[in-house]
Amino acid sequence: MSDYIEKNQDNDGVDRRGFLKCMAWAGTGTLCLVQGGVLKSFALADVLQKNVGNLKGDLSFVQISDSHIGFSKPANPDVTGTLREAIAKVNALPTPPSFVLHTGDLTHLSKPEEFDTLAESLKSLKTERIFYVPGEHDVLNDNGAMFHERFAQGTQGDGWYSFDQKGAHFIGLVNVLNLKAGGLGNLGHEQLEWLEKDVAKLKSSTPIVVFAHIPLWSVYPQWGWGTDDSEQALSYLKRFGSVTVLNGHIHQTMQKIEGNITFHTACSTAFPQPHPGEADSPGPMKVPAEKLRGLLGITDVNFVRGKHTLAIVDSTLQG
Amino acid sequence: MRRRKIQQGRTAGILGTAIFGAAAVLGLVLASGALRPRSAIATQEQPGAITVTIDNFSFAPMQLEIKAGTEVIWINKDDVPHTVVSDDHKLFKSRALDTDEKFSFTFKDPGTYEYFCSVHPKMTGKIIVK
Repeated sequence: MSDYIEKNQDNDGVDRRGFLKCMAWAGTGTLCLVQGGVLKSFALADVLQKNVGNLKGDLSFVQISDSHIGFSKPANPDVTGTLREAIAKVNALPTPPSFVLHTGDLTHLSKPEEFDTLAESLKSLKTERIFYVPGEHDVLNDNGAMFHERFAQGTQGDGWYSFDQKGAHFIGLVNVLNLKAGGLGNLGHEQLEWLEKDVAKLKSSTPIVVFAHIPLWSVYPQWGWGTDDSEQALSYLKRFGSVTVLNGHIHQTMQKIEGNITFHTACSTAFPQPHPGEADSPGPMKVPAEKLRGLLGITDVNFVRGKHTLAIVDSTLQG
Repeated sequence: MRRRKIQQGRTAGILGTAIFGAAAVLGLVLASGALRPRSAIATQEQPGAITVTIDNFSFAPMQLEIKAGTEVIWINKDDVPHTVVSDDHKLFKSRALDTDEKFSFTFKDPGTYEYFCSVHPKMTGKIIVK
């Protein structure tokens, strides 16, 4: 298989074969980067050892997700330890990320001491700022009041917001509140209305990055891995040339490209979950201790101005 | 982490319904003529209590038929927290139940009661009270 673009129908710098090749390596530590319309891939070990040059984009940031502080079951009795390892991984990147996105499930049971441990641990991240969206485990019992007070001050509605960085527009959405019986993740009317207005003023050439906990695409509705009203949200983003959607919740990397929208889910820093339908339920998956770190990880995202596709690199805690 | 085993809502849910419950629920109770004396509410550890097990992200049994006045106890056997919430969000609503934690509610009036886990709303169940 060639490393170069063979069929690039969307003129977005990525063809399907090249993309699949990239994906086959994701999770084992590979950097995929689009430069001059050519998809290139590098072993992450080489990136970390700075054996490859010219990987710098205009903006790089890191996504971490699903820390589940407070979880202590056999699938991982030391989630604080693996979070620290994830932080060390971020701090070892050749270029410190401009900021870090935490896409939810900071805690396992929404307890104050769990939020404390999470906040204390993340203080050692070498980055300027951390942005958060809640997972369903962060809003138990109080509809997210504690999360909101500690991690979402100054945001709109139930905690949604947007900000601009280096010409890209970032949107943090909340889809874990007011869930309806039998349903999936939920954005709700008020948030959708806000989103429509938020992007209305932007030029179609503005790169958009949306982040939320539960996937905004239908990964596996049988397990609740999707969002009921995500279609409407995405309809507001169709006119944009580059949209990247970053989610957590499913504790494994998965990626899909639909038109100009790239969907990506991140690993957990706490415990893995089974592939869709490959177990009786999506509960925490116990794997042999030596395999755990190969299933946990972080996601590094590079944005090069003028290029449509963001370079998304998943790296595990192993090695 | 220390795990607390708690039994919550044994009577609080019922009292909550009687005292603080929404007008609609109270109206329903009154209309059915089933508002029982407080002594009935205080009945503890009814021998006929029935257990619904929460396991593998589902309620088992998913559908349960009971006689009016039966206490139902839910116990969470999963490694993740679940809740037990009536579809109207009012009649009964547990806090998040960690592993091995329980919630109970006594169904006084005949009817069909649908409920779900508000954390994982794909999890639904039904209690039919005869």
